[in-house]
Amino acid sequence: MKKRILRLILGSLFLAAAIPAERYSGHAGMVLYIISYILVGGDIVLTAVKNIFRGKVFDENFLMALATIGAMFISEYTEGIAVMLLYQIGEIFQSYAVDKSRKSIADLMDIRPDYANVKTEDDLVRKDPYEVKVGDIIVIKAGERVPLDAVVIEGTSLLDTSALTGESVPREVEPGDEILSGCINVNGLITARVIKEYEESTVSKILDLVENAGSRKSRSEQFITRFARYYTPVVIILAVLLAFVPPLLIDGAKFGDWIYRSLSFLVVSCPCALVISVPLTFFSGIGGASKRGILVKGSNYFEALANTEIVVFDKTGTLTKGIFGVKEVHSDVISKEELIELAAYAESFSNHPISQSIREAYGKDVNKSEISDVEEISGHGIKAVVKGKKVVAGNAKLMKGMGIPYFEGELNGTVIHIAVDGAYAGYILIADDIKSDSVRTIKELKSSNIKQVIMLTGDSVKAGEKVGKELGLSKVYAELLPADKVDKLEELLLQTSGKGKLAYVGDGINDAPVLARADVGIAMGGLGSDAAIEAADVVIMTDEPSKIPLAIRISKKVLGIANQNIMFAIGVKIMILFLSALGITNLWAAIFGDVGVTIIAIMNSFRAMAVNEHDS
Amino acid sequence: MKKKFIIEGLGCANCAAKMETAIKKLNGVKDASVNFMTQKLIIEGDDELMPEIIKEAENIVRKIEPGTKLKNA
Repeated sequence: MKKRILRLILGSLFLAAAIPAERYSGHAGMVLYIISYILVGGDIVLTAVKNIFRGKVFDENFLMALATIGAMFISEYTEGIAVMLLYQIGEIFQSYAVDKSRKSIADLMDIRPDYANVKTEDDLVRKDPYEVKVGDIIVIKAGERVPLDAVVIEGTSLLDTSALTGESVPREVEPGDEILSGCINVNGLITARVIKEYEESTVSKILDLVENAGSRKSRSEQFITRFARYYTPVVIILAVLLAFVPPLLIDGAKFGDWIYRSLSFLVVSCPCALVISVPLTFFSGIGGASKRGILVKGSNYFEALANTEIVVFDKTGTLTKGIFGVKEVHSDVISKEELIELAAYAESFSNHPISQSIREAYGKDVNKSEISDVEEISGHGIKAVVKGKKVVAGNAKLMKGMGIPYFEGELNGTVIHIAVDGAYAGYILIADDIKSDSVRTIKELKSSNIKQVIMLTGDSVKAGEKVGKELGLSKVYAELLPADKVDKLEELLLQTSGKGKLAYVGDGINDAPVLARADVGIAMGGLGSDAAIEAADVVIMTDEPSKIPLAIRISKKVLGIANQNIMFAIGVKIMILFLSALGITNLWAAIFGDVGVTIIAIMNSFRAMAVNEHDS
Repeated sequence: MKKKFIIEGLGCANCAAKMETAIKKLNGVKDASVNFMTQKLIIEGDDELMPEIIKEAENIVRKIEPGTKLKNA
């Protein structure tokens, strides 16, 4: 690189000397011009010649060599050399810019842990995270990065999760808490047991996801790839026609003039500005969004998000906290404690948030050997044999279906009815709170171009409508089984206009099919949930719904920048082609159309990375 | 089988696009993608033909942008 710059400086000096020298002696000037050209463009010509032998004719090097040598032949020495010089400077700047953006995106993604402190019998050993196995005990000191997903067994500390979530408030952890790789331990010393191998750990998954996001290309990227394929040959053919046809047809037209014009065509014939800046824009956007805790799996999803017309939310865990608390336990037949115990046992195999809250209310360990014949009836509840008793726990539909009379009075929240050996035993009332930013989220969505904000829930109509009213949703569909949700979504998909898209936001539990079916599936609280990361197109690392309007804003901005670059680059190039065909502009304008446009477009695409506070 | 490589020295975005198109056309390749920004090449193809595919891909990469090298990622 340094040698190349030195050569360019030397070449420019010779050029500067050649201009006055030419006035005194044409021969001396000529020699200086040639030395200057060899210094400035010799390597390009050499590469061009080599590439021809490799069977690659129309590459950038060849076109530049042809254009500049062509200029020399028609005695435009200064311009020929200057064009080559500017082209070289442009190339240097371009590779500098690309390197820099690669580096800044790599920094952005610098969440890779370098080592793990593994505890052996009497010592701490520093190991490559790849070599650490599940079950190993690791120690994370203050200031260190959590190397693998683990469970804290000793010590309390504050964890900085901002690299993963964009969330600046540190999280407190204590024994029993799960810690995710990529977070930074702020103050205390924690000892933890590894629960996932490095390749399965959160940090690997995130890096993999962001780095491979490029394989799903947006329409703009597909467009420029196609455009690039035709653009160069077409411009070259036009250049040849321009050089030879008008002088043959028009009386008095000089070959020299028309060849000069056609050289401009060769200079602007590289589609570089587009080919570099558009993918760079999307890549920067993916990097910038991930900094805010939004993982976009491909640039095509920026397009879909920017064109979203309908946003469909799941209720539990998405708009509401999903942390259910038992509010009331009621039984006329057995004691409250016994009712909770039976329910907790029956629900002990389920991961549903409701089951978890019942287990939490029970508070004791469940002896799983006392449970058998567990049968989960999706969307209804659970049947199981607990301590020899046939226990049925579920919603009103389940009771109705089994012909068991149950309490039908009005209750605010989710009701789990319990029947023991076929007779009604009582109910447990569970309620869930709306997240603090849900109201703001819906308001923001409605004030942007979103036509409908809809909620789907498996919950009762009453509970669903209550939430719907509080949040100001367009529509609420309640009492849906997981399969119904897909059907409902299909119906809603038909309501979008031609270009409009539908986004579904869920927490990734039980709604993988819906996530997959939507135009854009957005999973919330993606941290630690593999299923959600797998099924979704966009993963929100935190559980804040307010990231959805933010994601839509980022998408619109990224898409806007990509479009600006496309319009700007194509516009300028076509204008220069047009003007130089008429002989209005010269080679100087053409070199701007090549190098200048590329540099401006690259700088513009950097804007996609900066997601400033204004956007949040 | 999916194979990942890093294309060292990849500096020209148009070349990246050309490499992708050329590798996609190779016998036994189901899908291929070149990410200019991360310099990553991912090839998805038949297991038995993989050694052949890799050799061809190496040639293509070197031919399209001289001075680049294919490295295992």
